[in-house]
Amino acid sequence: MSCDDKVDCGRRRLLVATSVAGGVAGVAAAIPFVSTFAPSERAKAAGAPVEVDVSKLGPGQMMTVEWRGKPVWIISRTKEMLDGLAKNDEKVSDPKSDRQMQPEYAKNEFRSIKPELMVVIGICTHLGCSPSEKFKTGAESGVEADWQGGFLCPCHGSTFDLAGRVFKSKPAPDNLEVPPHYYLSDAKILIGEDKKGA
Amino acid sequence: MAAANVEKYKSDGTVAGGLLEWVDARFPLMSLWNDHLAKYYAPKNFNFWYFFGSLALMVLVIQIVTGIFLVMHYKPDASLNSSGVPVAFASVEYIMRDVPWGWLIRYMHSTGASAFFIVVYMHMFRGMLYGSYRKPRELVWIFGVMIFLALMGEAFMGYLLPWGQMSYWGAQVILSLFSAIPLIGNDLATFIRGDFVISDATLNRMFSFHVIAVPLVLVGLVAAHIMALHEVGSNNPDGVEIKKKKGPDGIPLDGIPFHPYYTVKDIVGIVVFLMAFSIIVFFMPEGGGYFLEFNNFLPADPLVTPPHIAPVWYFTPYYSILRANTVNFFWIDAKLWGVIFMGLGVMVFFFLPWLDRSPVKSIRYRGPLYKGALAIFVVSFFILGYLGMLAPTPGRTFVSQICTILYFAFFLLMPIYSSLDKCKAEPERVTG
Amino acid sequence: MKKLLIALLCAPLLAFAAGAELHLDKAPDHSRDLPALQNGAKVFINYCLNCHSASYFRYNRLTDIGLNESQIKDNLLFTTDKVGETMTIAMRRAEAKQWFGAAPPDLTVIARARASEFGSGADWLYTYLRGFYRDDERPTGWNNTVFANVGMPHVLWELQGQQEMGPDHKLVLAKPGMLKPEEFDTMVGNLVAFLNHMGEPMANFRKGLGVIVLIFLAVLFVFSYALKREYWKDIH
Repeated sequence: MSCDDKVDCGRRRLLVATSVAGGVAGVAAAIPFVSTFAPSERAKAAGAPVEVDVSKLGPGQMMTVEWRGKPVWIISRTKEMLDGLAKNDEKVSDPKSDRQMQPEYAKNEFRSIKPELMVVIGICTHLGCSPSEKFKTGAESGVEADWQGGFLCPCHGSTFDLAGRVFKSKPAPDNLEVPPHYYLSDAKILIGEDKKGA
Repeated sequence: MAAANVEKYKSDGTVAGGLLEWVDARFPLMSLWNDHLAKYYAPKNFNFWYFFGSLALMVLVIQIVTGIFLVMHYKPDASLNSSGVPVAFASVEYIMRDVPWGWLIRYMHSTGASAFFIVVYMHMFRGMLYGSYRKPRELVWIFGVMIFLALMGEAFMGYLLPWGQMSYWGAQVILSLFSAIPLIGNDLATFIRGDFVISDATLNRMFSFHVIAVPLVLVGLVAAHIMALHEVGSNNPDGVEIKKKKGPDGIPLDGIPFHPYYTVKDIVGIVVFLMAFSIIVFFMPEGGGYFLEFNNFLPADPLVTPPHIAPVWYFTPYYSILRANTVNFFWIDAKLWGVIFMGLGVMVFFFLPWLDRSPVKSIRYRGPLYKGALAIFVVSFFILGYLGMLAPTPGRTFVSQICTILYFAFFLLMPIYSSLDKCKAEPERVTG
Repeated sequence: MKKLLIALLCAPLLAFAAGAELHLDKAPDHSRDLPALQNGAKVFINYCLNCHSASYFRYNRLTDIGLNESQIKDNLLFTTDKVGETMTIAMRRAEAKQWFGAAPPDLTVIARARASEFGSGADWLYTYLRGFYRDDERPTGWNNTVFANVGMPHVLWELQGQQEMGPDHKLVLAKPGMLKPEEFDTMVGNLVAFLNHMGEPMANFRKGLGVIVLIFLAVLFVFSYALKREYWKDIH
């Protein structure tokens, strides 16, 4: 595009300037409208981190708390339970937790900060059902003969071990998700937030 | 403006051109563009008063867009929450505080309501100044008055939604007017409320009307208003028909294409309007208590009437007319007369095209009688509006009675004074 | 002609315009004074939040007036354990209604509701909270200069002392309280400033944004007006 004479040139400059300024105004005006889709303060307050007192949780027991409308399991694992995990390494699809289903600080053998306390979101990674606990070992569990204790999803039969690792050849693609959390003190966990400055 | 004389678009060989040709072969895109913008010839002498049409369209867009987003967060529910506040009222404060940028969108909507009436009143006054309702634009005017009526309904119902004290008691007063109708009145009022008092049922039906029914009607009427206007062509401050003097190319000598000339001009008007609008939204969203009434920050309480109920400013002239009638004529009581007069006060605008018998359209060539009558009408309208905000006293009621008479006299005596008036001769062509 | 008409029509109006006057004291403006607002928040939470809720105001919104979340948690959180919660109260409304004749209203937007042609809502509250006086005919023993026959007793009386209505309709401090009158006024001023802030916590942000928007629109006006002139120079 070239300027044929002075008039058209000035006109084009003004057209561009007005269009650009008007366009910026339009985009700026759109921002508040689009922003209203973001979670409101009420949703944020409801989804705020949850403080959990685990001092009453006995060995081998599990408790469930709600965080952002999802069940979060806190499992106090006994020595036997922890020992059983290694036996599953061959049978689970992601034994080393290489896929990003947990924060960095929970990427270890036990998928937890402290080995004896497992914190995990109790939602099957297949289609979002909540698996049920199958803590009894062996045939007694009703799952399989060499069962080391874990979870069975009632919807499509996915199984997970006590570190939330999914077994091979099951519908669920990934291990159960570990939420961000940290210890406020020995007996208190804050679920929903990574430790600040850590 | 027949569409038939528009050639279908031929591609210039580019991809965009090809796409345009494809679309235009299947949809009257170019003919719409030409009929309403590029080859719609508007008189070249539009002045300040001619901004308000496009501004009204602008405000309509603001109201629809902000309204869409408000509906996502507002809850039409009159029941009390755990803190004893009606859910509807609390949801407005939720929008104001918890929804990101909700406050801005709500203030735009509440300010937009008042802005709509300011713009529409100016637009109507323009019509009265320059005789825009006269033949052949009677239908344009009638659609316009229908828009005005729909807008009043829309504003009234929207005002109920925040479920504050003024929302509640304002609706109580206005809906009780139906009970003035003889025989069926009380049953009709109950039917409209869906309850014996203003209640959740009332709130929900008003919500439905406000967010979907009336807006659909409004958009349809606006389309009809513009189509009718573009069929007959725009009037202008001289009130002469530009189509009477056409050049050899068939284009009116005093006409210029709406686009680009009036698009660039209206953009300036819109920017100035947005500046005024922003001053209200950002610096005085309550509009001194006229745009958002102070008492409406108290949740609706069916047991306590606020000491003084006044409608929002844009209804006050008609509210004054309603209250002005204090005598029983014939066998009909004063309350019903008040309602009748208020209704007539709006309806009488429909008849304006046939009441005016003047040989000229524009105020520029009218004689002193019409100028004086219009001045008296405007002054009485303002006084009625002012008195409608105040609590009635015998003196104020007397003044409002006089102004009501003057208001109606403007219309009813128009056939007489407009034909008696000493008008100047209209020019052949538009002036400056 | 027009002017004459306007003058004629407006003359009687002036006579009707004046109504009953309500004299309000001007509340000090602390809208950007963070220590005053913080003090006001403390007074509000200690004295008002037992009976009145502020159920649209979230505790973490106190960060707007310069407090951090741990300060809020440690010093101001009595009715809940989460800083994201709103200021609700435990009192049952039905019982409250029995005690006071009317359930104490939610105070989040009270400063906006009390505005009138006589002054801002803050002015009304500032006058009201300092306008309690002894009245033995009232069940609570208290009456008020701007809110006749008010249901609320004088919650701050130990601080202010007891006022009585003098014969010339002026309040006299009959029994001094724990605070000197000017100290009490400062405290009420802070409280009212906080109530005002709570009515619209985003008010300062809104005004700041408004300046930017207007400057931008002014630039857009210059461009669009120049463009209009450019096109219209062809039209004579």
